[in-house]
Amino acid sequence: MSAKTANRVATIVIISVAVFIVALLAGLLGFILVRGIGHISFDFLTSAPQTIKAGGGIGPQLFNSLFLLVLTLIITVPLGVGAGIYMSEYAKPGRFTDFIRLIVEVLSSFPSIVVGLFGLLVIVNLFGLGFSLFSGALALTVFNLPLMVRITEQAIRGVPREQKEASLALGLSRWKTITSVMMPIALPTIITGTILASGRVFGEAAALLFTAGMTSPRLDFSNWNPLSPTSPLNPFRPAETLAVHIWKINSEGLAPDAAQIAAGASAVLVIVVLLFNFTARWFGRYMYKKLTASK
Amino acid sequence: MTTKFEVNELQLHYGEFHALKQISLSIPERSVNALIGPSGCGKSTFLRTLNRMNDMISSVRVDGEIKLSGTNIYDTGMDVEELRKRVGMVFQQPNPFPKSIYENVAFGPRLHRKPGRKELDEIVEKSLRGASLWDEVKDDLHKSALGLSGGQQQRLCIARALAVNPEVLLMDESTSALDPISTLKIEELIQELKKDYTIVMVTHNMHQAARVSDYTTFFLNGEVIESSPTEKLFSTPVDHRTEQYITGRFG
Ligand SMILES: Nc1ncnc2c1ncn2[C@@H]1O[C@H](COP(=O)(O)OP(=O)(O)OP(=O)(O)O)[C@@H](O)[C@H]1O
Ligand SMILES: [Mg+2]
Repeated sequence: MSAKTANRVATIVIISVAVFIVALLAGLLGFILVRGIGHISFDFLTSAPQTIKAGGGIGPQLFNSLFLLVLTLIITVPLGVGAGIYMSEYAKPGRFTDFIRLIVEVLSSFPSIVVGLFGLLVIVNLFGLGFSLFSGALALTVFNLPLMVRITEQAIRGVPREQKEASLALGLSRWKTITSVMMPIALPTIITGTILASGRVFGEAAALLFTAGMTSPRLDFSNWNPLSPTSPLNPFRPAETLAVHIWKINSEGLAPDAAQIAAGASAVLVIVVLLFNFTARWFGRYMYKKLTASK
Repeated sequence: MTTKFEVNELQLHYGEFHALKQISLSIPERSVNALIGPSGCGKSTFLRTLNRMNDMISSVRVDGEIKLSGTNIYDTGMDVEELRKRVGMVFQQPNPFPKSIYENVAFGPRLHRKPGRKELDEIVEKSLRGASLWDEVKDDLHKSALGLSGGQQQRLCIARALAVNPEVLLMDESTSALDPISTLKIEELIQELKKDYTIVMVTHNMHQAARVSDYTTFFLNGEVIESSPTEKLFSTPVDHRTEQYITGRFG
């Protein structure tokens, strides 16, 4: 085969694989959206689910998913950013950092169901936190924290050396250089990465089945006291998230419209994750423009 | 004339690599000192020993001493941040922060000692004037520094260094990325600055060294071959390698 034919064959193969993958993704997305979008309404998004009657909504589940995401970020952002700064600026490269990096890789690629069972054994039972949002957030931390470390480390490493040197040469300490020069430059990348990572947290189900639980208590959305058991803001109550809800009604839903509810909820989930992705891109571009263009 | 830097038997290793060998040199106060030599001979390395920027690289080992107004800057008790305030640096590529012109100049003083608004305004104006940039930017102080031309950005970097009130300015090929007119402006500026500051500059341009400097030091393979008043070094070099280099026969 001449080099030219080889080139042509390779190009055709690569293009067909790409087309296949794009078609598969578009088909999948289209399928989920088309099947579910008709079921989405304001009522569906805000009302509580029904066990045996038709017409239930996903309000509490949607709220739980968002609240769980916030709780997870409250835990992982400070720790992850701190560790990322340490890894990129302070740790001497060597066995220790290699070891941490290995742990980070392993943790973030752990099967979710294993993390869920680990959460059940350690967080729920051993620490006695029970099925709760907080247990769920800790389980999600297992995936999210390594990601945050990696995102921050890479963002900080991506800051041009010239910027860092300019600050150090002015006599600023290492810490001030990090906080006033490097962080502002790295921040857009960190935020974009965080939003993308949030998509995974939002869609996670397996790790939450046995940690955040599969039920929600009757929530009173007018009760904002975080210590009250019926308050939606109580982090120590069990909470079924949207992804878990989809799994549950698909496998054991009793309501006559269970299939439509599952389809509608799946569409909502996909839309929210897409929204995260688009926000991340838009935000990244916006910050880039803001940082580089002259006003 | 008083001596600003007194370098005694300075040695620098990057790991196993011996980059600076037995350097002894004195740099007089309020003068322009040019460092010349072929690529890789250690000019930047030497320049960066003067404000200890080499400390950033973990493999670096420095022996010998460099006295700044009498105190060895490699003494264990030396406050490196204080040293860098006294010895400012301008880099090869203009590297303003992605902030406004004002914020760039105010950056150092603000983080060092939090002056009031009025004092800060004064520092910014004085530094921009000192860098011959004030007239060009006085109406645009709050615009992004990245919108300036390369030459203006480089003068902004000089202003940013002046704002922390240094005694010395180190310049590492600071005009090599600029057009001839911007280069000329900075050369004129250097003549102004030497009234108040000691300037040490690396340059690849022999004409520039001859035009602006009072003293020239010729480096080769990590050693100082010759260091004398610029006029003398260019008219009657003592070492034949210096002569070969300045007449363009190698390097
Ligand atoms: N971080 C480093 N680690 C190891 N070796 C280095 C490092 N930086 C520079 N060197 C080596 O030290 C020697 C001197 O480098 P230096 O940058 O000081 O040269 P220079 O005279 O400034 O050259 P140029 O004119 O090209 O800028 C070179 O051989 C270079 O390869
Ligand atoms: Mg150099």
